[in-house]
Amino acid sequence: MIRFEDVGKSFGPVTVLDGLNFTVAPGEFVTLIGPSGSGKTTILRLVMTLEQVTSGVITVGGEYLSHMERGGRLVRADEKHQREVRKRIGMVFQQFNLFPNMKVMQNLTEAPVRVLGKSRAEAEERARELLDLVGLNDKVDAHPSQLSGGQQQRVAIARALAMQPDVLLLDEVTSALDPELVAGVLALLKDIARTTDITFLCVTHEMGFARDVSDRVMMFDGGKVIEDAAPDKLFSEPDHERTRSFLQAVLERG
Amino acid sequence: MNDVWQWDYAFEVLPGIVGGGLWMTIKVTVLASILAYVIGLGLALLRRSDLRIVSMVAWAVIEFIRSTPLLVQLFFAFYVLPDIGLLFDPVTTGVVVFGLHYATYAAEVYRAGIEAVPRGQWEAATALSLPRSRTWTKVILPQAIPRVLPALGNYTISMLKETPLLLTIGVLDIVGVAAEEGSQAFRYVEPITIAGVLFLILSYSASLLTRWMERRVGIAR
Amino acid sequence: MFENVPEYISTAADGLWITVGATVAGIAIAAVLSFVFGLAMLSRLKTVRVIARIYVEIWRGTSEVVQLYWVMFALPILLGYRLVPLLVGILVLGLNFGAYGAEIVRGAVQSVPRAQYEGTIALSMTPAQRMRRVILPQALVEMVPPFNNLFIQLLKGSALLTIIGVSELTHQGKEVLIPRNVSEAATIWTVILLFYLLLAILITMGMRWLERRAAALVGRQPTKRDSVFARFGGGKDPLPAEQSKGGLADLRRKGGE
Ligand SMILES: Nc1ncnc2c1ncn2[C@@H]1O[C@H](COP(=O)(O)OP(=O)(O)OP(=O)(O)O)[C@@H](O)[C@H]1O
Ligand SMILES: [Mg+2]
Repeated sequence: MIRFEDVGKSFGPVTVLDGLNFTVAPGEFVTLIGPSGSGKTTILRLVMTLEQVTSGVITVGGEYLSHMERGGRLVRADEKHQREVRKRIGMVFQQFNLFPNMKVMQNLTEAPVRVLGKSRAEAEERARELLDLVGLNDKVDAHPSQLSGGQQQRVAIARALAMQPDVLLLDEVTSALDPELVAGVLALLKDIARTTDITFLCVTHEMGFARDVSDRVMMFDGGKVIEDAAPDKLFSEPDHERTRSFLQAVLERG
Repeated sequence: MNDVWQWDYAFEVLPGIVGGGLWMTIKVTVLASILAYVIGLGLALLRRSDLRIVSMVAWAVIEFIRSTPLLVQLFFAFYVLPDIGLLFDPVTTGVVVFGLHYATYAAEVYRAGIEAVPRGQWEAATALSLPRSRTWTKVILPQAIPRVLPALGNYTISMLKETPLLLTIGVLDIVGVAAEEGSQAFRYVEPITIAGVLFLILSYSASLLTRWMERRVGIAR
Repeated sequence: MFENVPEYISTAADGLWITVGATVAGIAIAAVLSFVFGLAMLSRLKTVRVIARIYVEIWRGTSEVVQLYWVMFALPILLGYRLVPLLVGILVLGLNFGAYGAEIVRGAVQSVPRAQYEGTIALSMTPAQRMRRVILPQALVEMVPPFNNLFIQLLKGSALLTIIGVSELTHQGKEVLIPRNVSEAATIWTVILLFYLLLAILITMGMRWLERRAAALVGRQPTKRDSVFARFGGGKDPLPAEQSKGGLADLRRKGGE
């Protein structure tokens, strides 16, 4: 579903990713772990087209994302091409990024109506279903500012789902939440992962959650995937010393 | 006289505009700025006075002057000051009125700057038993004033562009001289355009200066 | 000393309507130009940005009086015909303050957090949808207080129309009332100043109402300010607060919230 081929990414003189290769199969739940600043967020932002690759090619669902074909040659994708492919991808942000000028309902229906061209009635019906799913059907008319962090993040998850994405990107979606709200949001995500065939690419520091829900975990350091295994294997008997010490450090921190 | 732009005429009026007008513009702007910065600081301190009546009056004066046109204030001074025995020449009247008007803006700038000094600074001064006057002069103002200089500079640029108002009381700045030339020759294009270009140059160089100050202040912090 | 006040008020009021008309029309033009050129300065096309920048720098960098003279007396030579003074005044007010307003719009749009823009991309919105549906509504809230300032400056700027012979409020004082009763200059000018103060308060009340509406739109409380017409600093700074980095902008944010 997602394929990185020799992807490199630099910010000015700083090289963050260097010759990165990996694939994520349709319906798979893949978690990225690794030390801070190793480039996990950058990977998700590349898939969301919030950043552009410096070198290499990214494809999503068999279509070029970073590039496009023109006259039989592969050229850099333009905004129009990316907007087409982007419709298949959703993202939930660490800071929720709800639109404060819209009530909850409009946050959920705005893009389905204007981008996917759904009728308002259809979009609202779907929004209500999703709010049921995330347990917030009483907040239809609330402003985002009137919601707790956990509630905002649930709305943000519902908003991403309203676009019926094939791929959902999650970037530390619980790290801005108060500790007592984390479990609820994680349980919701787990539920969604189990009951849909959405492909997930997830960055998290919640190792218990990662172990529980992932099909595969990729340990990431120095711009490369250094270990890629099933969660049970990676968490209990990692092959690499670097993975072991990273996990130890995370566990000690809490 | 049909050419859109006549160079000989332009060169004929240029010396008068630069020699007489430009000098007046700069002189009034500099003097009135100094006045505004000093009175403005006084107003800002009165505004923070513990005596409620004093701070209320300061507030009312600031809001009234800021909300009404400089030109009308200029006329007020021009017609009323002589009645109460203050026989200023027009240039002095202009400097005083400009200075007072912009002092109210400066007061708000100082106020923001003073409020931006962290509370901890006041508390530290109290902990050291510094007298209030010393707290102001040695602790608070030295921190507040450098930060507000760029904003004050911006008001000086605004003032620069308002000096042409003085032509209504007979003080000829850049525009005053240009308009005079224009009315004598019945041809305004060249003198007024020259005046406009001079203003562009002046305000552009002044804004470079404030940006430089902003950078300096940024480094100092 | 006060027996002539009713006469002063009624004579001044004849000019009041012209002042109100010129101010309202000037505000309308300035508001439109602010948005057109403010957004143009953020365009992806360099040519569009450069054109907007030139407009803003020329109209902010020269003086309002120069502009009045130029449009009144110099432009007719190029154009071949004259405009009536009131129209000249309205045009100059609109063009001059529109240039300042464009900077307000640009600054407010840029102050919307980048995360909001990223949210719109994650939902595949088109650039027009991003701006219209998400960014601009949020920027509007930021614009209201500086526009309040700007419109009061515009009102004050309308007094200069007297220089090109528009018989507005100030003109009524200078050319009608003063020649008749020069000994009561203090009373005359006080009446006129109070008229301007009244108009300034009306503008502020209108803008406060707008601000409450805009704040409700994004579900927040309007910013607290300490009076009906206390405002943030000067709206007509050559570099608006939003733009001046490390200057008063962050001081104000701390002090004003
Ligand atoms: N826009 C940018 N400009 C310059 N450098 C950037 C930019 N974005 C990221 N970086 C750099 O790229 C590196 C990787 O950043 P990234 O945010 O992807 O790390 P991360 O693995 O998500 O870290 P964390 O766990 O702390 O979120 C960092 O060194 C960061 O400083
Ligand atoms: Mg990150």
